[in-house]
Amino acid sequence: MEFVWVTLVKIGVTLFWVMNLGSLLTWVERKQSAVMQDRIGANRANIGPFRMIGLFQIAADTIKMLLKEDWIPKGGNRFLHTLAPMVSVFFALMSFAVIPIGNSLLIGGQQIPLVIITSDVAILFVFAMLSLEIYGVVFAGYSSNNNYAMLGGLRAGAQMFSYEITFGVTIVGLLMIYGTLDLQEMIRAQNSLWKWGIILQPLGFVLFCTAGLAETKRNPFDLPEGESEIVGYFVEYSGMKFGLFMLTDFLESILISAMVTIFFFGGWQVPFLQADGFHAFGGHFAVSPLWVSILQISSFFFKLIVFLWLFMLIRWSLPRFRYDQLMRLGWNILLPLSLLNIFLTGLFLMIWG
Amino acid sequence: MAKEVKVKVMKADIKKRTYWEQAYIPEIIRGLKITAAHFWKNIFIHIRRLFGLKTKERGAVTFQYPEERRPLSPRVRTLHRLVKREDGTPRCVACMMCETICPARCIYIVGEDHPDPNIEKRPKSFDIDLGVCVFCGLCVEACPEDAIRMDTGILEISAYSREGMIYHIKELLR
Repeated sequence: MEFVWVTLVKIGVTLFWVMNLGSLLTWVERKQSAVMQDRIGANRANIGPFRMIGLFQIAADTIKMLLKEDWIPKGGNRFLHTLAPMVSVFFALMSFAVIPIGNSLLIGGQQIPLVIITSDVAILFVFAMLSLEIYGVVFAGYSSNNNYAMLGGLRAGAQMFSYEITFGVTIVGLLMIYGTLDLQEMIRAQNSLWKWGIILQPLGFVLFCTAGLAETKRNPFDLPEGESEIVGYFVEYSGMKFGLFMLTDFLESILISAMVTIFFFGGWQVPFLQADGFHAFGGHFAVSPLWVSILQISSFFFKLIVFLWLFMLIRWSLPRFRYDQLMRLGWNILLPLSLLNIFLTGLFLMIWG
Repeated sequence: MAKEVKVKVMKADIKKRTYWEQAYIPEIIRGLKITAAHFWKNIFIHIRRLFGLKTKERGAVTFQYPEERRPLSPRVRTLHRLVKREDGTPRCVACMMCETICPARCIYIVGEDHPDPNIEKRPKSFDIDLGVCVFCGLCVEACPEDAIRMDTGILEISAYSREGMIYHIKELLR
């Protein structure tokens, strides 16, 4: 019984930070792009005299989307049309079940792991969920009874399939080094700065980031959506259903950032911090277990936010790929490079392992 | 025999990309450096302004429009005005020059005799249909009396009806 309560609380906490961060990203996107381009950005939404540097824009957007007409196209598949955004957002959220935000928390003499599902196949779980998200996109395109939406859905599907291969193959290098599919174990294995993925797998990092960006369907890989000019798979969506697709994008961004953090930057690891305190250059500085947990959780979120910032920076700096360039990059460059990565990892493991 | 035609071909001077540039990643990093530098510089200025320090320096080029206006060039053509004499009557003598030259034909003048025998006529009514006006400024050029100018600095001209866009002598005299 206690286990159920603990899990429920963990689910609540995870939903809280993921959803809040997701909606906060809509504000971050506007503001960061504005600041990068010497503009000010959305700052007019107000409650009385308070403007809160545009933070009310999130609420304004949500209210607008909820009050908009929910329109289903004539001849469209009513069931799939409603199901598609739900599928998208559901699988995006499901992935967070295995994302650890910290090692464990000591409450009442009990070690509570700070992850909802402690799974031996966590990485496969995330990848499965990411693959299932394609269904949301394809359903959306198929059920809209619109040729452009259909094409957009297929484009998105093809892109996600193509990059998922690189995405999966890149991970193999990490699996060879850390020898585990459990995200918690993988983070524990990165217990010193020199064992972080970025040091051991620099090529893998670049490949993973690129493929991850393509997975999120954001610039420079936003061909399926192209908010401003390309007609994407969600043309026939309005109101909160469209909002859910947008939210999925942001959730995916968070997921990819979290995965980059976990795979390449030691997840919740703080440099030099062990379970009983800091160990550096022969010295020792004791830290109580509670503070260790707090430091680790803040470390994870700090890294996560840094990567969200970086991806946002990339999204607002680079122009969009053409579709043939996208496919060429995916199949002719990234895939061979990720295979080369496996080969090089094997070679290094054979020499020094 | 047909005359030989010599065609001059110009070769575009396109620099071939080096391998370093084709490797993509270094160039992307170079681009990101620029945008990131803008971001951090601006955010630094914004935060400094938030604490009320050095508020003259701004992190953005934006003009917050309704509250804040861009300075207009003195030459810019804005809403017309009819220049007054010293006694407050319009300087216009209803010579119809502006009405004649107007390419959009948006000026309608009805003249009448001026009570002062030294001045021949005065406008009984002087209407400009701003919904039709193209703001070319030819009326200002044509006016022999310097009676019409376009220097009010008013750019927001709007009305709820077409009739509302017709400005009469009362609104134009300022």
